[in-house]
Amino acid sequence: MINSRFFNRSELLGFLALAVLLFLILPLSLDIFRLNLVAKYLTYAFVGIGLVLCWGYGGILSLGQGVFFGLGGYCMAMYLKLEASSVANTKIQSTPGIPDFMDWNQLTSLPFFWKPFHSFPITLLAILLVPAFFALIIGAAMFKRRVGGVYFAIITQAIAAILTILIVGQQGYTGGINGITDLRTLHGWDIRTDHAKFILYFVEVVLLFGCIVAAQFIRLTKLGRILVAMREQEDRVRFSGYSVANFKIFAFCAAAVFAAIGGAMFTLEVGFMSPSFVGIVPSIEMVIYTAVGGRMSIFGAVWGALLVNFAKTSLSESFPQLWLFGLGALFIAVVLAFANGLSGIWADHVQPRIDRLLASRKSKSAAGMIADGAPAE
Amino acid sequence: MLVGHQPKDFLLAVSGLTVSFDGFKAVNDLSFYVEENEIRVIIGPNGAGKTTVLDLICGKTRATSGSIQFRGQELTRLRENEIVQAGVGRKFQTPSVFEDLTVFENLEISFPRGRTVFGSLTFQRDDTVKQRVEEVAEMIFLKDRLNTYADQLSHGQKQWLEIGMLLIQDPDLLMLDEPVAGMSVSERAKTAELLNRIIKDRSVLVIEHDMKFVEDIAHKVTVLHQGQILSEGTMEHVKNDPKVIEVYLGH
Repeated sequence: MINSRFFNRSELLGFLALAVLLFLILPLSLDIFRLNLVAKYLTYAFVGIGLVLCWGYGGILSLGQGVFFGLGGYCMAMYLKLEASSVANTKIQSTPGIPDFMDWNQLTSLPFFWKPFHSFPITLLAILLVPAFFALIIGAAMFKRRVGGVYFAIITQAIAAILTILIVGQQGYTGGINGITDLRTLHGWDIRTDHAKFILYFVEVVLLFGCIVAAQFIRLTKLGRILVAMREQEDRVRFSGYSVANFKIFAFCAAAVFAAIGGAMFTLEVGFMSPSFVGIVPSIEMVIYTAVGGRMSIFGAVWGALLVNFAKTSLSESFPQLWLFGLGALFIAVVLAFANGLSGIWADHVQPRIDRLLASRKSKSAAGMIADGAPAE
Repeated sequence: MLVGHQPKDFLLAVSGLTVSFDGFKAVNDLSFYVEENEIRVIIGPNGAGKTTVLDLICGKTRATSGSIQFRGQELTRLRENEIVQAGVGRKFQTPSVFEDLTVFENLEISFPRGRTVFGSLTFQRDDTVKQRVEEVAEMIFLKDRLNTYADQLSHGQKQWLEIGMLLIQDPDLLMLDEPVAGMSVSERAKTAELLNRIIKDRSVLVIEHDMKFVEDIAHKVTVLHQGQILSEGTMEHVKNDPKVIEVYLGH
């Protein structure tokens, strides 16, 4: 079916359902602590949306999205840290005006790459551009040489490991294993208050919907169809006159930017950033959220991030040791039985029933309307 | 290497083409020339290097030495997508269509516009595109299946769809690798009809085993054997060549 609408009927319903849940139901029913937890879960939804484009559509499995999540998060954290390290706040240090961990590590001046993060506009740009540039370099190096599939996944995983080691090792420049902590204000606005957390939640949800719309836009252009085509028949795309590498680089960079926005929001919501959100384990968890939600569905990625993290919080509170096994089992179950995750289950089993129910009601009202037959996707 | 003066009216001039895989020369010092609007069929026993020759021309395999000139442009130095943009289209042996996309979308992707990342983001499905897609869909007998996902098509229909995808590219040189293999008798006849229609204003390079089909369409036949040319000429000439009968047709 050639569909010229931006959302088809079921996507529109998905969009509205998510909007009602995130804008109304959750803020009205949860206390600020729980709402802040939801905000934390949702930061992974950004990564998921990127993975839907890059992995679900483009077939490029990246096991290193934590790198971009972390880069976005660290860019934001560096700005916040500099603001928290004003000369007045740090006058007990041997070098006032630099972040506390630098002082502890005998640094006497701010490293050059920290200096741009005094400026808020530059920080915002860096959150988007640093991960995109990094993805561009990795992507160009890999895809131009036709490295793909499992090899690409392993290399991205290695990069996640390397970046973690680098951050941990360069304690004086990065805050080391503890990360960048004790963040206080954003452009003079205290982010630790309940009120600020409430506002930040809504800022994040608005950004999330912005990313959903952006991803949907990409999906509906010819580029979105080329991603699908590439996943199936890379050679045919090449011999239709396209540079496959460039399209892969684009998808990878787009996914990196989405992940980075999530990372920056994570820093704001949680109030710190550390290497434990960069490495192999978080990167793989991000892929699992996407797989559980459904790697072909932008909304599925959001639901996956919400539900798996909710399960993680509730289960790991009661059975901390078992949680990782549970997560692994969940992933195996999804891969083996439900390749398209929750959204696949919805589209194959729930949606048809609703349609039938609606259709029988419609025919009862004797209007004789013909179902518009939009595709389930 | 055999790079000398070639008359300019050749569309494709292959000279001294060699490719070796770990010392094995799949194509060995091969030279042949295809003229404008010529239909050339390559035949030969299995492993003669037929598909490798097409792979070399379209850039899928890199030549060890030799040259491939297309309209005076050296193809061995270009990337696959640049070769396509230069005007060479390639159909693979097994139908390679995009099964998760509809027939319309398959054809649209091959439409020669918006082939860069930015171009494909801003690509509009305007009337020119729609008209051209419908025109080609009619030629390949899939006009009423435009909204069908390609995985629902039969083997023969997939082959037609891939031919359609090449047609919409409008290449000057069309390369077909066993276009009727695996088709039913009626599909075969329809394909021959289709090919006869689409080969009119372009040069075509075909690999085919079906001798009747070859006789129907070929202007000139090149027989390959162990990566080298065994015989070349009209079908009549080739058929009566004792060397050809010995290694290929006699079986």
